Amino acid sequence: MVDGAKATNAALALIGITRRFGSVVALDNATMHVQPGTVHALLGENGAGKTTLMRVAFGLAQADAGSMELSGRAVRFSSPAAALAAGLGMVHQHFTLVPAMTVAENVALGGRGRFSIKEWAARVKEIGERTGLVLDPFARVSDLSVGAQQRCEIVKALARDVRVLILDEPTAVLAPGEALELLQWVKNFANAGHAVVLITHKLRDALAIASNVTVLRRGQSVLNASVSDTTESQLAAAMLGSSSDGSSQVSEPESAKTAAVSDVLVETRISEPASQMAITAHDFDMESRNSNSTSNASASSPINETHSPQIDATFDSLAGREVRSAGGEKRDFTRVVLRLSDVTSRDKRDVVRVNRVSLVVHAGEIVGVAAVEGAGQRELLRLLSGRIAQSEGDVQLPAHIGFVPEDRHQDALMLDRSLVENVALRDAGSREGRMPWNALQQATRTIINELQVVAGGAEVEARTLSGGNQQKLIVGRELADRPEALVVENPTRGLDFRSASAVHDALRSARAYGTAIVVYSSDLDEVLALSDRVVVMHAGQLLAVDADRDAIGRAMLGA
Amino acid sequence: MSRTPPVDDVIVNVDHNRGSRRQSRAWLGGLFRAVALAAVAVVLLVVLLTVTGQRTGEALIALVTGAAGTWYAITSATLVRAIPLALAGLAVSLAFRAGILNIGAEGQLLAGAAAATFATLAAPQLGVATIPLLLAAGCVAGAAWAGIAAFLRQKLGVLEVISTIMLNYVALHTVGYLVRGPLQESTHVFPQSFNIDRIAQLPIIIPRTRLHLGFVFAVVIGVALWWWLKDRAGGFRLRAVGANAHAAESAGRINVARTTTIAFLASGAIAGLAGATQLSGVTYSLYETISPGYGYTAIAVALLARLNPLGVLVAAVLFGALEAGANAMQRDAGVPEVLVSVVEALLILLVLAADRWRTRQVRMTEASI
Amino acid sequence: MIDAFLEATIRWSTPFALAALGECVSERAGVINIGLEGSIIAGALGATVGAGVFGPTFGFVAGALSGLVIAAFFGVFAVALRSDQIITGTAITMFSLGLTGTLYRLIYGASGVSLSTPTTGVLPLPVLSAIPVIGPALFIQPPITYALYVAIACVAWWMARTQSGLALRAVGERPDAATAAGINVRRVQFGAVLFAGAMAGLAGATLVLAQAGTFVENMSAGRGFIAIAIVVLGRWRPLGVAAASLLFGAAYTLQNLFQSLGLSNVPYNLFLAVPYVLTLIVLALFRSGTSSPAALGQREIVSR
Repeated sequence: MVDGAKATNAALALIGITRRFGSVVALDNATMHVQPGTVHALLGENGAGKTTLMRVAFGLAQADAGSMELSGRAVRFSSPAAALAAGLGMVHQHFTLVPAMTVAENVALGGRGRFSIKEWAARVKEIGERTGLVLDPFARVSDLSVGAQQRCEIVKALARDVRVLILDEPTAVLAPGEALELLQWVKNFANAGHAVVLITHKLRDALAIASNVTVLRRGQSVLNASVSDTTESQLAAAMLGSSSDGSSQVSEPESAKTAAVSDVLVETRISEPASQMAITAHDFDMESRNSNSTSNASASSPINETHSPQIDATFDSLAGREVRSAGGEKRDFTRVVLRLSDVTSRDKRDVVRVNRVSLVVHAGEIVGVAAVEGAGQRELLRLLSGRIAQSEGDVQLPAHIGFVPEDRHQDALMLDRSLVENVALRDAGSREGRMPWNALQQATRTIINELQVVAGGAEVEARTLSGGNQQKLIVGRELADRPEALVVENPTRGLDFRSASAVHDALRSARAYGTAIVVYSSDLDEVLALSDRVVVMHAGQLLAVDADRDAIGRAMLGA
Repeated sequence: MSRTPPVDDVIVNVDHNRGSRRQSRAWLGGLFRAVALAAVAVVLLVVLLTVTGQRTGEALIALVTGAAGTWYAITSATLVRAIPLALAGLAVSLAFRAGILNIGAEGQLLAGAAAATFATLAAPQLGVATIPLLLAAGCVAGAAWAGIAAFLRQKLGVLEVISTIMLNYVALHTVGYLVRGPLQESTHVFPQSFNIDRIAQLPIIIPRTRLHLGFVFAVVIGVALWWWLKDRAGGFRLRAVGANAHAAESAGRINVARTTTIAFLASGAIAGLAGATQLSGVTYSLYETISPGYGYTAIAVALLARLNPLGVLVAAVLFGALEAGANAMQRDAGVPEVLVSVVEALLILLVLAADRWRTRQVRMTEASI
Repeated sequence: MIDAFLEATIRWSTPFALAALGECVSERAGVINIGLEGSIIAGALGATVGAGVFGPTFGFVAGALSGLVIAAFFGVFAVALRSDQIITGTAITMFSLGLTGTLYRLIYGASGVSLSTPTTGVLPLPVLSAIPVIGPALFIQPPITYALYVAIACVAWWMARTQSGLALRAVGERPDAATAAGINVRRVQFGAVLFAGAMAGLAGATLVLAQAGTFVENMSAGRGFIAIAIVVLGRWRPLGVAAASLLFGAAYTLQNLFQSLGLSNVPYNLFLAVPYVLTLIVLALFRSGTSSPAALGQREIVSR
């Protein structure tokens, strides 16, 4: 590929950046030039090194080799403070706001000398008027919506008069409508003469507003081009490279043309007849509250009516040799496994998080939950997995439920403990007598083999595994005893493509042997890719919508 | 990327590897650690003695003979001191394993000793049943004293570190009151209790020494605890809660509140037993200084043993020797005995630093992109 | 009677408020320093030695420096190495109690020798001390108490009105956010720990130079731990901490009062236990809730 712009007038130039972590090369001779007045997309899969490259630029990490220029001047930042002082700002994917402080305090943070809340409040107001990023300077950040927090992050950078702004996956946590608004703002901001680096793994976002694009793969800048000079399929191929497995249909023109790479991946999956049928044909399975014949309703589950031939085939084969669960009972694929009837859940402060929700999930289906942050899905998933008790209503759950929580370090793993002990954690609460360490060791090895967990054996600390391998271990553990139900929350956040696919494959094969699965992901595309049907959660309630992307997006915002 | 965990690590994490090659490595590692720590302790002591201008040679000779110079020194000075250190150390390690920072072994020990003193009042009626009763009273009192902190932690969110330290002072002053009030000896002159009945005294297990039955208690409890932690579901639950309470609750569906409360109470009971044993086996009467800080030293013992119950037994002997030697050092060479707590504190800090260094090594090999 | 009580309350509160004010700053930076007790006892011995050589004023300086050195030791482990703060603090306290005991015996001979240190008398402030009731209580005090008033005002102003105070609060809430804003988290935490150590050292010096007039082994008697409880009660705010300290000053005053009244049917040992029981009650009644710094006691800067 042609190196698009080698001109010295680049607002930000990163040349030959190399960065190693131990023996792992995170960045390998990565190069990009960002022109003033443009949006420059930095594309790549999770784990390709996008964030690391920008952390190097922003002074949060140091390059082992390579150089950097800001407006033609050679620079090297030892800290974010230095980068900000030179006019380079960064908005992180995971917000770096102090929730207990006000907007004005957050914006002021990092300066020197006296601090006057009035002056900073005026500054926040002024920036809001100038750029349209309006915020109440005296509001506590913990009270802001996700969208407002994102605005606050950007205002923080603008308050330092940055000329180059790095945005790391800014749309990841936003509902589609909010995302669109943000991208439009970014475009205008660049048009006003600033340079923006947009880190994303969503080709759709990038193509919407970027003029130039750099693709990273395995730490190398494999493509530098202007958007007008390249095609989507070229970008997709550059992102996935030869590493994509053969079954991926990226190279096929018809699917490559449709949209973003993630969408390409989605497309690949949706074009499997089963999922296609499921998504388009399934409507909501909200039980009507007055219905007494719930068992009838579930018996005539939509799954039966809308089976694609392929799924039916699977079902036929399964019907021949009825799968038995751990408990030894027969698996009936029309059976209701999880049932919430008019369930309400309040948190410790007595705030209603889940409001009169009814939902059934059948054996052998994946129900996707779409929602913006804080809509009550967190509590819904914990209700469904039996991790919290309802305040009102009726909850029917099977004995064996697997749960893959979002924060694996906090809620799923003992990082300083061996993999065997982490596997032993499952059902530790109900175990009696001796610990069957030999059997657990065997089970751990089985998980390692089946999910191809890269680990130095069953006895190493969980801490020594990469995030993707930790997640595979957790998914393997939760599926090890073939649970009747599985609840997963953001199962692939922060994972590289390979680990993410392994997790997805594990979920699909669990569905095939009859597990009832509920999946929530903040990435709507992932929900769509995995689910047989989708429910939308907004402000604690489950909403019925048509199962297309736009309708779901609107419902997520309550529109 | 080398994923082989260091030896230290194997001791804590691979307790369950029964009969395997790792086990022997763990044992060797443990032995190596004990020897290394003893050596470090002596080096630290020499440095401190020299820095503070003592006659180092003379002091060291007093230390060694006082701790291990004679059969009597080993059994009656070192091992007798090791008993309360081992029991209190086991109490601390059990709590720490469950993620409870029980700094209150000292107060629980005092509570146990005081309750045991009360129990001996019934000796004329109970006869041979006195000893079981006073030991039980010690356990119950220790558990109850810990129970206050456990309640405050579970129900009201009070940091147990602060509450247990406060309870130590309350226990100390309460004992001070008891030995000047209800339990004072009959002449009402000395701030100490009556001498307990002979039938309430723990038997000596080696004739012509002062080594009493409490030594057997310590060893039995240490081994039992070690087995329970590594092999029983309840022990695993306790360790899981200590390793990550959130994950224990969410992934393990363990009742964390229940597990921690039981661990806290059990920890208090063992510390209380240490107090009862000390009264019934060594001092035969209650007074304020019945424990010269055993409950605090026990924290060092537990940490140096990496919270492994078998390691606690070894570390307790090491510290028993150190304290016995220090006592002789003060007597024979005029070196302040409290110097030993400086050595103990430095040992804790060294272990902490070594731990962090090890963790860093592990992190370096992580591919965190 | 009432003004005598108030005067004694403030006098007894002074060491608590000094130590708790320092700890308040340290905890706002996310570091809980259980080694405070160690800094207090070190400050007491340092002040004894310093005052013996150069007089009471230098005694305070030496006390603050001694407390600072102990805190620096704590900081190396708890801040630089990120060891567990609680365990490190416990070890530091043990270390300091042992070290001061040893040094005391080495410097002043075997235990039991009574040692008298020059003390600072009270310094009545003109005009202010003439205010009825609170005037004598607040303004007929040793100079260190006036220094405390100034310190409380300065810390309160600094936390609210300066960028570095803002940075301190951010570090204790979200260290990763502070890092992203260009703040050196460890530097802020180390600075806060050193400040807390110096203040605790001053508290120890106050015990010797403005109260007891002598050094006794273990004379800190858990005041460092009580100071940590005071910070909780004071809701991690300088003025709150100052107010909470008064409660403990009052408890000590009452304890002494009852003892001196010679209520012989109630043994004095039980009075000695009063401040500790009070601490437990206070901690039980005033739950830390949401006002506690979010990252208090947290080892890692990165929150995942």
